[in-house]
Amino acid sequence: MNVVTPFEGIGASLRRKEDFRFLQGRGQYTDDINRPGQTHAVMLRSPHAHATIDRIDTAAARAMPGVKAIFTGPDMAAESIGGIPCGWQIHNKDGSPMAEPMHPALALGKVRHVGDPVAVVIAETRSQARDAAEAIVVDYTPLPAVSGTEAALAPGAPQLHEGAPGNLCYDWHIGDKAAQEAAFARAARVVKFETTNNRLVPNAMEPRVAIGDFDSFSGDYTLYTTSQNPHVIRLLMGAFVLHIPESKLRVVAPDVGGGFGSKIYHYAEEAIVTWAAGKVKRPVKWTCERSESFVSDAHGRDHVSTAELALDEQGKILGLKVHTLANMGAYLSTFAPCVPTYLYATLLSGVYSTPVIYAEVKAVFTNTVPVDAYRGAGRPEATYLLERLMDVAAAEAGIDKVEFRRRNFIRPDQFPYQTPVALQYDSGNYHATLDACLETAGWAGFEARRAEAKARGKLRGIGISTYVEACGIAPSAVVGSLGARAGLYEVGVIRVHPTGSVTVLTGAHSHGQGHETTFAQLVAEKLGVPTANVDIVHGDTAKVPFGMGTYGSRSLAVGGSAMDKAMDKIIAKGKRIAAHLMEASVEDIEFERGTFRVAGTDKTKSLTDISLAAYVPHNYPIEEIEPGLEETAFYDPKNFTYPGGCHICEVEIDPDTGHVEVVNFTAVDDVGRVINPMIVEGQVQGGVAQGIGQALLEAAIYDPSGQLISGSFMDYTMPRAGDLPDVGVATHTTLCTHNPLGVKGCGEVGAIGSPPAVMNAVVDALRDYGVRHVEMPATPQKIWGIVNAHRLAAE
Amino acid sequence: MYDFAYHKPASVADAVKILAADPDARPISGGMTLLPALKLRLNKPTAVVDLSGIAELRGVKRDGDSLVIGALTRHYEVATSAEVKASIPTLAAMAATIGDTQVRNRGTIGGSVANNDPSADYPAALLALGATIQTDKRKLAAEDFFTGMFTTALDVGELVTAIHIPIPKKAGYAKMRNPASRYSMAGVFVAQTASGVRVAVNGAGANGVFREKAMEAALAANWSADAVAGVKVDAGLLNGDIHGSAEYRAHLVTVMAKRAVVDAG
Ligand SMILES: Cc1cc2nc3c(=O)[nH]c(=O)nc-3n(C[C@H](O)[C@H](O)[C@H](O)COP(=O)(O)OP(=O)(O)OC[C@H]3O[C@@H](n4cnc5c(N)ncnc54)[C@H](O)[C@@H]3O)c2cc1C
Repeated sequence: MNVVTPFEGIGASLRRKEDFRFLQGRGQYTDDINRPGQTHAVMLRSPHAHATIDRIDTAAARAMPGVKAIFTGPDMAAESIGGIPCGWQIHNKDGSPMAEPMHPALALGKVRHVGDPVAVVIAETRSQARDAAEAIVVDYTPLPAVSGTEAALAPGAPQLHEGAPGNLCYDWHIGDKAAQEAAFARAARVVKFETTNNRLVPNAMEPRVAIGDFDSFSGDYTLYTTSQNPHVIRLLMGAFVLHIPESKLRVVAPDVGGGFGSKIYHYAEEAIVTWAAGKVKRPVKWTCERSESFVSDAHGRDHVSTAELALDEQGKILGLKVHTLANMGAYLSTFAPCVPTYLYATLLSGVYSTPVIYAEVKAVFTNTVPVDAYRGAGRPEATYLLERLMDVAAAEAGIDKVEFRRRNFIRPDQFPYQTPVALQYDSGNYHATLDACLETAGWAGFEARRAEAKARGKLRGIGISTYVEACGIAPSAVVGSLGARAGLYEVGVIRVHPTGSVTVLTGAHSHGQGHETTFAQLVAEKLGVPTANVDIVHGDTAKVPFGMGTYGSRSLAVGGSAMDKAMDKIIAKGKRIAAHLMEASVEDIEFERGTFRVAGTDKTKSLTDISLAAYVPHNYPIEEIEPGLEETAFYDPKNFTYPGGCHICEVEIDPDTGHVEVVNFTAVDDVGRVINPMIVEGQVQGGVAQGIGQALLEAAIYDPSGQLISGSFMDYTMPRAGDLPDVGVATHTTLCTHNPLGVKGCGEVGAIGSPPAVMNAVVDALRDYGVRHVEMPATPQKIWGIVNAHRLAAE
Repeated sequence: MYDFAYHKPASVADAVKILAADPDARPISGGMTLLPALKLRLNKPTAVVDLSGIAELRGVKRDGDSLVIGALTRHYEVATSAEVKASIPTLAAMAATIGDTQVRNRGTIGGSVANNDPSADYPAALLALGATIQTDKRKLAAEDFFTGMFTTALDVGELVTAIHIPIPKKAGYAKMRNPASRYSMAGVFVAQTASGVRVAVNGAGANGVFREKAMEAALAANWSADAVAGVKVDAGLLNGDIHGSAEYRAHLVTVMAKRAVVDAG
């Protein structure tokens, strides 16, 4: 019998089911998988940022103990192995397609970034493979390299690809240029602001791993991989790289230890081990080392932008103009082109009723690791630019920064709201999240705290950011028209077993999000099955029919909606069975949380009665209804979802050392309906931690020759527990109007809303020094430089 | 890692014998520095001589006016030793800031001293405290022992066996951590010793740990934070990296010196 405690449904802060195995070290990660007869692969990577490969001599390496095979780019090319494909095509202003240079899995004739794989060694042990990799002789002729985003476009810059003159990938725009110019001509004031959005290394706790397996009897390939979207990998790798039909290729992404975007993409190593497994007729395992992941996992951000905001006399925004250069790295990663365009420039209206916007984005190739989506993907870049600009503009217009925001907010009665940059926000209440956040953060009492800090020799500042983002990606037809080479629906299967327990198959993938709990709560709420009897299955193309995976905070809004639709089908079928069993008409059957009832009577059947009847169809309308109780739904969203809210940060600066401490952080987010408040809180806190990391600590720094200087944790500053305050998280809900659950998404809001709140606080702390802007990350050295320059000027 | 032979002797004499027979063998104590180097294949010893089985190398004891700390004593043991806390509380507090819990439970004072990382904590402490480093064959004053970045006066195969630290009247320490590695980016250890005021700086020197004589003179004349506040360090003698230029480090040395004096009381 199914008895449901109401506390397991929507709104319950249920402890995460998956944590029992994670906290006890029982997770099953890709590196925990070892196939019988497995060999080990090691990648030989380029030490040069840019060089021609004149000769690769593998003879000595091949003769070393344990070596099974060594392959290079030409070996793969000889078998017509394709390049690593890009999943999104952007068009230039003139309508021509972007430059899309070939990205060979193993370098062909040329290397284009430090870490570019040149050869793979397959040996009985990893150590033997490493020994042999060191014995491979590669003759390189180093070429001049370019790593800087702006430098790549400079005349005379070293050229990466023949098909991309000037290193330009695309020159794209959105919005109405003429209207923008007209608005600016009318403006009482135009505020100009320039900034760089720092490049980040995602650094998921679990490094990437890929195991290729080939069954020479069936001809089936299996790839075990650390992926956020195994079906996408199967599609891209099978169809474009290795030419293996989907029916012969299984991709398994088991427990995955963090992705943050970096495990969305189809990486060369996945194709290499899968192909190599077929060649050596043994499983081939590759485990990335941390230092390797710094130079081979897709990086994030890396924009250089100029923004101009036109205001009228009353401080109302008349228009916005943005020019952005985005670094793509050396090759196009899977979704790279859409990040600085459709996930960035479309968000430049923010929470404001800006009437006209014109944005131009140029994407460039550089001799650096490819750049792609990283937690927030484009929206953090847009939010940072806009929310810093709002502070700068408020200061220059002499308007209080909160009042300035309020004056320009989209009002609650304006929803659905059409922005000038394509998106239509369905719901939100920016005044409500602002007011709640100001209240919780004690905004009004700040000046007293600042004075108290000053007495202790500290500079205290407060910063605010009000933001909206677009997630739950996305309507397939819309993204298709914008250049996506895939649909972005999701798949859910609800399998009610004979005795009433439920298995859910979902195309979404959990790698820290707590899906096994949240999704089970959806089933508990709707079907009345206890979460203990609901199993969530994901991450295996052999089990789940299809799926587009997890990124862009889409799992609940899209994947959860697919489950909801499938549950509707279960209920509809269940009603027909119940009608038969209770000899009533289908129209008279009501269903609520596990119980079918003949309306107005006390005649009921439980879901288990129905499932049993469906699988043991003795007394069953077999002529009209098929046995079994399993339904599949594909859900294609009608729109993006638009979480938003307000973040307020307080910092204290030690002027003697330049160290910035975050002393308070308050987030009030509207993520739509909240299924599990504890998980939402955790997601927001994790996102804020990454946002604070970007604002104060993290930077991937290349020298001009293309060497990654911050290439290990000795030099790349990850946020630690001690760097983070207790992040206060609250939610204020307006429901999403177009999905059945009313949910919006909470995975990225923390990383999107927080960086400008932190930086606005840093600038505020330095307000007595006349500082207009500080670039991220606000490291101690940088802040001390500002303080010191001020002291010298005062002397 | 490359392959190597592994030895686990039970006495210093046996360890020294193995090391003497093979100049490419390396001792290993906590392994917190050597193991990562081996894993990254930066080091290719023929043999590793594990000192962890040598009981005579462990422990803290008081010997007259000195503390004697065995080379194999872990950072955690120094941080929590009642003897160290009573006689040189700053040294215990400093040991508690080395790396993280895992590192403190493995890393040893002997390994740290032998490695002489310019950003490590112990070298500055021992230099400021006027410590003596005892090896299997001799005793060396700290200034003679620490000869430069990652270099010491140790001969190949020579082992640090113990550290003798004269108990100071007062001592204090302050450091600014490198934001990424959390090692010291500029650390200053100050001490009032029987042989006068001594100030040593880690993390900043272009040639490793060094004594800051101008600060010593200023503090000898007037033991106060204000006394060192006026002493500017020559940036030309310091190193710079992405986290801190030589100028920034020079400034930090003064700031940390002030804080170290306050810490000493
Ligand atoms: C994550 C991390 C953070 C750290 N943070 C800090 C920090 O904040 N401050 C700090 O000071 N240190 C820090 N360290 C270094 C740590 O203190 C090391 O433990 C120490 O530097 C070396 O000690 P060990 O016993 O581990 O030496 P090992 O790694 O075993 O050896 C280091 C070197 O010394 C040699 N050696 C070892 N013992 C002897 C001996 N008795 N005689 C002669 N030679 C010997 C070895 O051959 C080797 O060359 C950190 C280390 C890590 C991994």
